[in-house]
Amino acid sequence: MATAKFETPKLKSYPVIPLVQVGAMSHIKSFPASGPIQKALGFPEELPEDWQEKAIAKMGELLGKYRSLQVYMDACVHCGACSDKCHYFLGSGDPKNMPVARQDLMRKVYRRYFTFAGKHFPKLVGAVDLTREVLDEWYSYFNQCSECRRCSVFCPYGIDTAEVTMAAREIMDSIGLGQKYSNEIIGKVHRIGNNLGLPGPALINTLEGLEEDTKDETGLDIKFPIDVKGAEVLLITPSADFFSEPHVESLIGYAKVFHAAGISWTLSSHASEAGNFGMFIGNYEQMRNISMRVKEAALELGVKRIVVGECGHAWRVAYSFWNTLIGPFDYLDQRYPVPQHICELTDDLIQRGAIQFDKEANDDRIITFHDSCNVARGSRMGNMAGGQFVIPRRIITSVANHFYDMAPETIHESTFCCGGGGGLLTDDLMELRVKGALPRMEALKSLVDEHQVNFMATICAICKAQFTKVLPYYGFNMSMVGGVHQLVSKAIRLGDK
Amino acid sequence: MSILTVIYALLFYVATAVLVLGVARKIRSYAKTPAPLKIPTTPAPTTAAGVRWRMAREVVLFESLFKSSKWTWIFGWLFHVTLLLVTLRHLRYFQDPVWLPVVLVQPFGTYAGFAMVAALGGLWARRWLVDRVRYISTPSDHLMLVLLLAIGLSGLAMRFVAHTDIVALKAFVLGLMRFDWQPLPADPVLLVHLALVALLMLIFPISKLLHAPGLFFSPTRNQADNAREVRHISAWAAALDKKA
Repeated sequence: MATAKFETPKLKSYPVIPLVQVGAMSHIKSFPASGPIQKALGFPEELPEDWQEKAIAKMGELLGKYRSLQVYMDACVHCGACSDKCHYFLGSGDPKNMPVARQDLMRKVYRRYFTFAGKHFPKLVGAVDLTREVLDEWYSYFNQCSECRRCSVFCPYGIDTAEVTMAAREIMDSIGLGQKYSNEIIGKVHRIGNNLGLPGPALINTLEGLEEDTKDETGLDIKFPIDVKGAEVLLITPSADFFSEPHVESLIGYAKVFHAAGISWTLSSHASEAGNFGMFIGNYEQMRNISMRVKEAALELGVKRIVVGECGHAWRVAYSFWNTLIGPFDYLDQRYPVPQHICELTDDLIQRGAIQFDKEANDDRIITFHDSCNVARGSRMGNMAGGQFVIPRRIITSVANHFYDMAPETIHESTFCCGGGGGLLTDDLMELRVKGALPRMEALKSLVDEHQVNFMATICAICKAQFTKVLPYYGFNMSMVGGVHQLVSKAIRLGDK
Repeated sequence: MSILTVIYALLFYVATAVLVLGVARKIRSYAKTPAPLKIPTTPAPTTAAGVRWRMAREVVLFESLFKSSKWTWIFGWLFHVTLLLVTLRHLRYFQDPVWLPVVLVQPFGTYAGFAMVAALGGLWARRWLVDRVRYISTPSDHLMLVLLLAIGLSGLAMRFVAHTDIVALKAFVLGLMRFDWQPLPADPVLLVHLALVALLMLIFPISKLLHAPGLFFSPTRNQADNAREVRHISAWAAALDKKA
């Protein structure tokens, strides 16, 4: 895919807030969805004559349905607390990538049509009509937000730009201006069952191949079951785990954990995808429909537990939204959290001594951990606030000897997005993805220099894919990134001990 | 009864009505609008008591702003605390006899006025000096600070430069509250001070000053992180369940 040439930002030894460079990223325009892609999701195929009226009506509808949007449109005081927090601003210097300015793209339209001050004194409060130029800016900059919520940590009112971006994408979809990448993928989930468009027979074939590979490696019959009725656990994992590198290494890790712990499990060909791009486009119904496949699969297979694989936004949807969207889960075993993260499952087994490791197997690796945005700021693990930071690190230090954390202002709730989340993991946004990765790359670089770190573990399919692609731009080896269960896989003691 | 007294009396009745009704209307709309999904910014408290503690830290200490930018926090927090002290000090114009706490706060309130003006100066300086903040500032952002500065400076002028007749002023204010109008002293500085305060009250419900009630309704801050334990569902989302 041909995209314009751009310069990879230089890694500095300490972070520098860039000076504002107006328009630095105004040329970025993710490919719009074609008519057929839009139609498949029930969205208009192109802008209608009266798109402006329709967009304002949709905005009014969303203001009535989402308290977040209503409050966040009113509450901002332009204090600038968020202005140096977005990785896309830090990597590009484009002021419209400051969270406040991104929100203002919608806020200035909100003020014009929904507030007294904006209706009567538009210049004073910076209110504008929703013109074609404004809409084009919306399309450009609301598709330059990865909905990572870092800004919401630092906002004195908790204003979450992700909520605004989701609303903007929902409004644009409703007038026929969708984004190709996200909407095409949602179509595939409905048509084929997963984001990668891997049909059932191909999936079964892939899993058989994995069983053979794992047998070659371990000499054991480690199963990758699919559609097994009566299994204890239904594993919902991102489809990238089935055949993308390094994702598949983690899938092998999950299988070994289940094997070693003697837990019967199964995948589902009906719900062969943990990802839920319905969230990225802010569409409640899509998010609900995509989630519903999980409920249907769980009931059909008669499982007792649902476990979710390594995927950031999927875990946010599962942990925070599933109970709302497809609950209640009264048909599942209440002794376990519903849903449960694979890291929670593995950590629990480790704590109980039910699985053991040869940590030396990972001695060639000097490891750090990248907190994925949706896990860090949109969900939890375990039974205490912040468990999502403790549990993955506890697993890593149980299976490996060399671990270092990156700088405190770049991890935990302050973690930087990989640069490819929120529906932006597409080649037509390569420049944005490379620039957005800058803050993470700088934090990694200082650890590489200081401790010779050579592996960055993470628990998100998008992070893995994004870093694999982006690491080389910054002079790192693409195989530096991998999953937590990739490390588990290497060190776990299997049945022969 | 002078025409001035009538104008200012009516002005304050209107301003009070706009402030109270306008903010009440906004609060009602925030309260009525559903929050269909659990979106606390995590790590978040898992209990209602924990949420109250988080919210208290936000309201009293501006915790998130502290994490974000120390300069903005210093000026912003100082401004709000001193504004509170100054406001408490002004309660003596509304009470007869004056409550003991209001008596005790008087010396603090007086000097808080200087700190308040200094903090506002700091906040305004940021709007010019930090290129990112300059970029996002609208005319109304600047004018809001000008308005608050003018209120503070005119108040300080009456306290430290040209005293106004505060006994007559108090009679005017109490008269407003008891619907028994008393003459307002025709001191130009006082008239400016009062007019600007009335203006602030009038624009409160239609401006970014709504951040005050807004914070309490912000789902990222006021929700408990208990999505797995308690099923959270709004009316319009529940309707989808019935349709299916």
